[in-house]
Amino acid sequence: MSSRARKLLAPARLTKWAVSGPPFVFLLLFFVLPGVIMVIASFRYPGEFGGLAPLAAADPNTLHGFTLETYRFFFSDLIYTEIFIKSFLVALATTLICLVMAYPLALLIARSPKKRRDLMVLLVILPFASSFLIRVYAWMILLGPQAALSQLANGLLGVLGIAPVHLLFSPFAVLIAMVYVHLPFMVLPLYTNLEKHDPNLLDAAQDCGANAWHRFWRVTFPLSLPGIFSGSTLVFIPVLGMFAIPDILGGTGDMLVGNLIKEQFLVTRDWPFGSTLSIMLTLAVLLFVWIAAKLGTTRGRYA
Amino acid sequence: MRRGFWLWAASLGAYTFLYVPLFIVIIYSFNDSRLNAEWVGFTWHWYDVLLHDNDMLAAMGNSLFIALVSSLAATVLGTMAGIAMHRYKMKALTFMVLTPVAMPEILLGVSLLLFFIQVLNLTLGLVSIILAHITFSIGFVAVIVRARLAGIDESIFEAARDLGASPWETFRYVTFPLILPGVVAGGLMAFTLSIDDFVITFFTAGVGVATLPLRVYSMIKIAVTPEVNAVSTLLMLLTLTMIVLASKFSPDVLRGKT
Repeated sequence: MSSRARKLLAPARLTKWAVSGPPFVFLLLFFVLPGVIMVIASFRYPGEFGGLAPLAAADPNTLHGFTLETYRFFFSDLIYTEIFIKSFLVALATTLICLVMAYPLALLIARSPKKRRDLMVLLVILPFASSFLIRVYAWMILLGPQAALSQLANGLLGVLGIAPVHLLFSPFAVLIAMVYVHLPFMVLPLYTNLEKHDPNLLDAAQDCGANAWHRFWRVTFPLSLPGIFSGSTLVFIPVLGMFAIPDILGGTGDMLVGNLIKEQFLVTRDWPFGSTLSIMLTLAVLLFVWIAAKLGTTRGRYA
Repeated sequence: MRRGFWLWAASLGAYTFLYVPLFIVIIYSFNDSRLNAEWVGFTWHWYDVLLHDNDMLAAMGNSLFIALVSSLAATVLGTMAGIAMHRYKMKALTFMVLTPVAMPEILLGVSLLLFFIQVLNLTLGLVSIILAHITFSIGFVAVIVRARLAGIDESIFEAARDLGASPWETFRYVTFPLILPGVVAGGLMAFTLSIDDFVITFFTAGVGVATLPLRVYSMIKIAVTPEVNAVSTLLMLLTLTMIVLASKFSPDVLRGKT
């Protein structure tokens, strides 16, 4: 290597570290390290007054050191597995409802004249520019017992001779708010995908005699699968870990994984078990990402 | 024709679903009644209550301070991360930048809670909230900056270097002016995210310090009064301005996830 080349190389490496170093160190410290700490915490005993028990104790009779106890406890009571399954089902239902509601909208935007598209996308984004909490709170008003929606529903039920129902603090309220909060996450990736479709494909299909339904089901839909998968991931994962919506709009029986974790950390103060639950949630998320990626690639082959 | 009709009808339904709840909140913030039930008459009363609610004003002050500090730090670190991800394709860094954005918020919240108390022995408060907000904002800034860089012709940087510019001069006079709209958009985005954040703040705030969303949360958990509608309306106005500003600087804001 010539001395000139060496001179050029050294500052280049320096630049690389000067640019990537600060964010790297920051995230190592405040994202990776806390994750590692949580994994370790899940193998420890809870402290007497919350927090963690010491690793070494003077009195050998007090709990200390490492253990698999929290994991044994997780599997010993079926209720925890049940809450995980329930969260999984709520996330699945939310994803499917979002997909059904988002698809026509994304399709319409993608097929609108170019000038109008940006405005239509902005109209999808604006409501979710408002605070998450406000969007959840809005449903407290809408589903409240004096609200028009509840009056209407109970009026109809009354005609049918069914006792009035409470819309607020119910699984229904949780689901509708989950869909409401996450809908734009489904619309945007779908639109980005549908926008790229070549309209000639649909003309060709029509020339081959395909009717409107066939053109959608055999051409547009398979080509939009990557958009569907990325949208589904963006909806499914946050819903799986959601605690605020069941906390505000759900009843006592509507607890999901997120609520369980929140309770362990802030109410029961059993940090090791809270950490175990968080790690189980992480594993569930990874499992979902893996399945979605698998489905995405095998389906992609046919598309 | 019929197909177009159904598409329009379904889309109109979706737009209605998106907007009606927010309009209800805004309308009721001017309603002269304690209940969020029927329209009684127009009033500014709830905004007046808000202006004299010292807890709420303190929370507003905290939120603005946290948002300002954390968005500034996240803009600097996120811009660096965006450049590093684009130029050096570092896998580890890309993973560390994008995962906090993609995973359930509660996981970042509880792991930071554990870390702050167990390892740093920090009393939860402004500092812990700011550190947490920087952590989740870096990714959003980085993604916007990277998208901006991807749209720039690489030869422009080579030309600068051939003309004798040092790496710093290349950055200062070529790269930075080109990515500036993305940096500003990312900063505005980080500011908005910080003002809005509830979940991560909930776990890292401790007992002493309340932000606006935490205050709103405790209000709706205890008793819903139309004062919440008033503060919500003001908050909507603020974030709306931020998002529109951000999308003016960089249309990438509309493409990426916010």
